Amino acid sequence: MASVVFPDSFLEHTGGTREFDTAAACYRDLLTELKARWPDLTEILDRSAVAIDGQIYQDAFLEEIQPHSEVFFMARIEGG
Amino acid sequence: MAEAVDYKQIGTRPVRPDGVDKVTGRARFGADLILPNMVHGRVLRSPHAHARIKRIDLSPALEMEGVVAAISGADFPDIEGGEVGGEGGGTLGDVAKNIMARDKVVYHGHAVAAVAATSPALANAALEAIEVEYEPLPPVLDVLAAMEDDAVLVNENNFTQGVENADKPSNVAAVGKLARGDLDEGFAAADLVIEREYQVPMAHQGYIEPHACVASIDETGRGSVWCCTQGHFEFRANTAKILNKDIADLKFIASEIGGGFGGKTVVYLEPLAVMLSEKCGHPVKMTMTREEVFRATGPTSGTVARVKLGVKNDGTITAADAWVAFEAGAFAGAPTMPGMMAIYAPYDIENFSVEVFDVLVNKPKVAAYRAPGAPQTMHAFECALDEAAIALDMDPLDLRMINAAEEGTQAPYGPKFPPIGFKACLEAAKAHPNYTKPVPEGAGRGVSAGFWFNIGMQSSAEININENGTVMVIEGSPDIGGSRASMCLMAAETLGVEYDKVRAQVGDTESTGFCNVTGGSRTTFATGLAVTQACEDVIAECKKRAAMSWGVDEDQVEWQDGSAVPGPGVNADVNPMSLADLAGSAAKTGGPIQGRASVNAQGAGASFSVNFTDIAVDHDTGKTDVLSFTAIQDAGTAIHPAYVEGQMQGGAVQGLGWALNEEYVYDDNGVMENAGFLDYRIPVASDLPMIDTEIIEVPNPSHPYGVRGVGETPIVAPLAAVSNAVSRAVGKRLCDLPLSPPNVLAALDD
Repeated sequence: MASVVFPDSFLEHTGGTREFDTAAACYRDLLTELKARWPDLTEILDRSAVAIDGQIYQDAFLEEIQPHSEVFFMARIEGG
Repeated sequence: MAEAVDYKQIGTRPVRPDGVDKVTGRARFGADLILPNMVHGRVLRSPHAHARIKRIDLSPALEMEGVVAAISGADFPDIEGGEVGGEGGGTLGDVAKNIMARDKVVYHGHAVAAVAATSPALANAALEAIEVEYEPLPPVLDVLAAMEDDAVLVNENNFTQGVENADKPSNVAAVGKLARGDLDEGFAAADLVIEREYQVPMAHQGYIEPHACVASIDETGRGSVWCCTQGHFEFRANTAKILNKDIADLKFIASEIGGGFGGKTVVYLEPLAVMLSEKCGHPVKMTMTREEVFRATGPTSGTVARVKLGVKNDGTITAADAWVAFEAGAFAGAPTMPGMMAIYAPYDIENFSVEVFDVLVNKPKVAAYRAPGAPQTMHAFECALDEAAIALDMDPLDLRMINAAEEGTQAPYGPKFPPIGFKACLEAAKAHPNYTKPVPEGAGRGVSAGFWFNIGMQSSAEININENGTVMVIEGSPDIGGSRASMCLMAAETLGVEYDKVRAQVGDTESTGFCNVTGGSRTTFATGLAVTQACEDVIAECKKRAAMSWGVDEDQVEWQDGSAVPGPGVNADVNPMSLADLAGSAAKTGGPIQGRASVNAQGAGASFSVNFTDIAVDHDTGKTDVLSFTAIQDAGTAIHPAYVEGQMQGGAVQGLGWALNEEYVYDDNGVMENAGFLDYRIPVASDLPMIDTEIIEVPNPSHPYGVRGVGETPIVAPLAAVSNAVSRAVGKRLCDLPLSPPNVLAALDD
């Protein structure tokens, strides 16, 4: 199972859950799982970035998640 | 996967293609366009920092001969929320209210009306004729005062995001927190604890070219806008949304740009010019004065940061705790999140916490400025580290090396770092001749690290092969820091042709595919990726055409040094076909040769830096003298090293200015007192030594040529490097910027 870690800003929508395991094979499937489990997360998920195994994606979609992947959600990066 | 290879074009330093036009004055900037029957737009701005608008009467202006249009907030559709897109903080609704006030002005210089007239002088006279009745309100200008429970509210409908049960309006727009480990345990394990408060002032991006645009809208509501912008696609989208128009009705053309640094990623004049032009039927030119730029366009946030740092005697950081309040200006959207995620990024720290606050004050709405948020937060932490190094009698580079992040380190914001070059930067600094030489007498040497994530986002590119085999690159990223040359170099490398056979052009919104703003150090990475892929598309097409000419299968053709050649084992008695040969026979093989690519580039590589500077201080006057400044940065592969060095030098100079002199000075009524370059003092050549640079090239494995991105990181480290140098020079910790002569003197006398 891959591990998923939420930042503090997610916790009010996940009832305090910060980490959980997933069997999702790609990011799209993970999103589906998260939105079904915590519908209040939908809006914040849609404007978050995600790091999968160290690689940061501003707009992930079909990126693969391996059984031992580490998935971190984070704020989107801007810049000047 | 990028590998260390000997490139033929990448890494060379051709003369910049826009250079001659810029130094001769031929280059056309935002204010240079003149159209037939063009009129001139001007903006009426609030004389109050905080007031209700009770009445606006435009009719006296409209009755003046030569005044062709006038508008106020009542002419704009109501917009609430909505995404700005690109890099803008806050909501589109806030941007709409920022460019034209509705029922309330929330900073001095806030736009309340605009006119168009047949001459600039007449437009200025028309502004004086407009009648506005205000009910002045007390302004709140100090970020800490604004956070008090009984503070005057900038926005009575603002409720804090990021806290539970925010049932009372507040000037705190949002709260964010990042934490790991156990702070109590970490501080208990420390041999030394440093605890300080640091202040960084609000500062402007200081681009030389003021905002300017020309809008020409016809009677159907369609037309074109020429403007200086970092992102004409997003300017088009935001202008259309603010005016409730179809984006397909507007064409945006990016002019040459005289600096942006993040400040030209959001609209100010463009929606006003479009509305005025639509009302009067003339093209409308609008340009800001320097004073307007200071009073009404996005500076970056001033901050108050409290840092507590715990270290062991061997230099190991055991805990770090930070609290940082950001001035957002009058609308939410300070760069709290990137500042929060950046503060500890160079280090491997087990126990940490950082809490950030986005706070409304009656000042201009902040906009992005190079690495938004990181210079402020990292200034605080890097100063605390320096104080720890002094207390431990340890070289400040060694202290950082002991704690340095590397590949596999869990970044404070979550993921493990892929290959990064922070340790390489530290090693290069330690070995640099500017560091191995003694500190000059009377000076202090300050060290700091810098960091930025870098980003990818969306880009498009097309490649057209001209009839003679020369190459035209068309892409949609406004060229702020030399991207056209970098695109040409990557195209030449990929196609296997010489640099001088390639030209690049920034297309308008109707002639090329969508590109996000030029910013976030994304253009060479993301648009470069699109250009590279478009070139691969061209190569595939060329191999197909050659196969057709030779009567062989496509997979029997290879591409070498700019030519199609028969692959091994092919018995065809043919000569290689160059791009010129293929273009010359294109009419017979299927028509013009083109390639294109669109990407949403992922996998941007973080860029770390180490800066150090020697600064002497005159103890009688407080004047500082920057004796040397050395910037070392992991840029990934340097496509055009001279441009990379230019970015590093430019960021260093902006950071020096911010650290030493730049600040917004307000009177008690919220009126900025130094809204001009005479009083808002950016560095000039005579203030500066040569900025020495050293590029570290740890390739980004997610880019075909290893590009990371350069432009954000260079402004991060100078603030703390300067603070640390001056503090060491005077033998006293100076925590607040700018370290201008009066501030240094006051601190010495304190």
